[in-house]
Amino acid sequence: MANHPMEQYRMQPNTGIEFGLYSIGDHFPDPHTGTLVSAERRIREIIEAGKLADEAGLDVFALGESHQDHFATQAHSVILAAVAQATKRIKISSSVTVLSTADPVRVYEDFATLDLISGGRAEIVAGRGSRVGVYHLLGYDVRDYEELFEEKMDLLLQLNRESAVTWEGKFRAPLTGAKILPQPLNGSLPIWRAVGGTPASAIKAGYAGVPIMLAQLGGPAVSSKRTIDAYRETAKERGFDPAALPVAVTSLFYAAPDSQDAMREYYPHLNAGLQALHGTGYPKQQFAQAASVRDVMMMGSPQQIVEKLLHQYELFGHQRIMAQIDFGGIPFDKVARNIELIATEIMPAVKKYTAKPAAKEEVR
Amino acid sequence: MKLVVLSGSNVGTKTRTAMDYTLGIVREKYPDADVALLDLAEYEIVFSDGRDYREYEGDTKFVTETIMNADAVLIGTPTFQASIPATLKNMFDLLPVNAFRDKVVGMLVTAGTAKHYLMAEQQLKPILAYMKAHVVPAYVFVEEKDFNRKAIVNDDVLFRMERLVEDTFAYAEAFAAIRKAKDAAYDF
Repeated sequence: MANHPMEQYRMQPNTGIEFGLYSIGDHFPDPHTGTLVSAERRIREIIEAGKLADEAGLDVFALGESHQDHFATQAHSVILAAVAQATKRIKISSSVTVLSTADPVRVYEDFATLDLISGGRAEIVAGRGSRVGVYHLLGYDVRDYEELFEEKMDLLLQLNRESAVTWEGKFRAPLTGAKILPQPLNGSLPIWRAVGGTPASAIKAGYAGVPIMLAQLGGPAVSSKRTIDAYRETAKERGFDPAALPVAVTSLFYAAPDSQDAMREYYPHLNAGLQALHGTGYPKQQFAQAASVRDVMMMGSPQQIVEKLLHQYELFGHQRIMAQIDFGGIPFDKVARNIELIATEIMPAVKKYTAKPAAKEEVR
Repeated sequence: MKLVVLSGSNVGTKTRTAMDYTLGIVREKYPDADVALLDLAEYEIVFSDGRDYREYEGDTKFVTETIMNADAVLIGTPTFQASIPATLKNMFDLLPVNAFRDKVVGMLVTAGTAKHYLMAEQQLKPILAYMKAHVVPAYVFVEEKDFNRKAIVNDDVLFRMERLVEDTFAYAEAFAAIRKAKDAAYDF
């Protein structure tokens, strides 16, 4: 079989859509019991979740950084190294690395090292962050929000392309023939751009010909389609082949054997988590609508979730699903049950549906 | 029920005077209500920079959190250049998009002339609607000639204020009951 054009991003879409888990390391009390585990235990459980996901055959495990109250994985690349050490096959990714407030050289060094520790399983998903706190904490001006990210993203991509980098910009000392060491296992890393909200950010990714991970929080899936279409259209206009650019889509995720149990168990997590993060909870009316196959929230029985994922696949034709499985203080036993339901019921069904016939024959 | 009586200007006396009258009516008719008066002239409030309202400090944090914790808000506003004052608009800008979801908002407008009568309809109501408020349909419009030396001298205005207070409480109770019944119907 000829190499798929997405292979440069270590993607094999013909074998079916990738299924990944992600966390932003939130550290909330369980709203059902009021129990808040220690940060130490939370971090250990995240590493354990990565291990379970690997053993269950999932494709990706990603961790993000959020520099505010209620989070524990600010040093996400350090924890990812522990996940890499504890796992064998699963890809190690970020969700997201807040590039705007980091030095791209250090980010590249960290993830290249992660790539060596993991035997070539590391990748970077770079984003801008959605809170101003990280800018104050790390000494950046939020008025440079857009420029900081675009400049640093350009540098990060250049570091990935060239072995001796000469570069000059506004937010970092210039580089003259700089060598970044160590280099990743096969010379480069998959680098994705995290996009959310309006299509504007996805369009910028299209200009640069960079894969996207689209964050979906709530609402109809068809809204995301416009963003993805705009991304592919822009990439094409700029001379990139959209067929070579993978698209990942994220969703909040909570499965239970029975759909009513899933809703009863999940609602308090979602409501308390959003109340803590944004100062307003999640209206029950919207949550009731989220049960619809047309809504992006992956909540319900395994069968319901499969139907939702396939509905999205029909709309987007994307290559990767990223499920946020621990929002709002979900206890570890429920996280483990979610991983099991994904591995035994959900992932096999969506992979079967999304694999290309040629790949199916090869498997046979 | 938690009610905030908001005087939305940092200068002048008419809006504050009108809100003091309104507050008096609230205390008389609903002695059990949990009422707070926020006069924006008495607080040092920064301009909105887009951050989460709970990440501000000092007066800005106090005033925004007090509004967010309310069930109903009675907003008093003067008319500056045919619109609401920047002080009040800044208060809206400091709050999240759905800040008035599940809240009832009543309006009282002061102005130098009757020519500004539709200001609330054209300037204030669209903002409140965008922020998901249940807006009490009738509002109180008070103009220069209704005041005399920090007193309201037009009984028509005083009667209207009473109706605004009563309507605000009635709407808040009704919407709370509707929401309760609707939420109870969900199995989660």
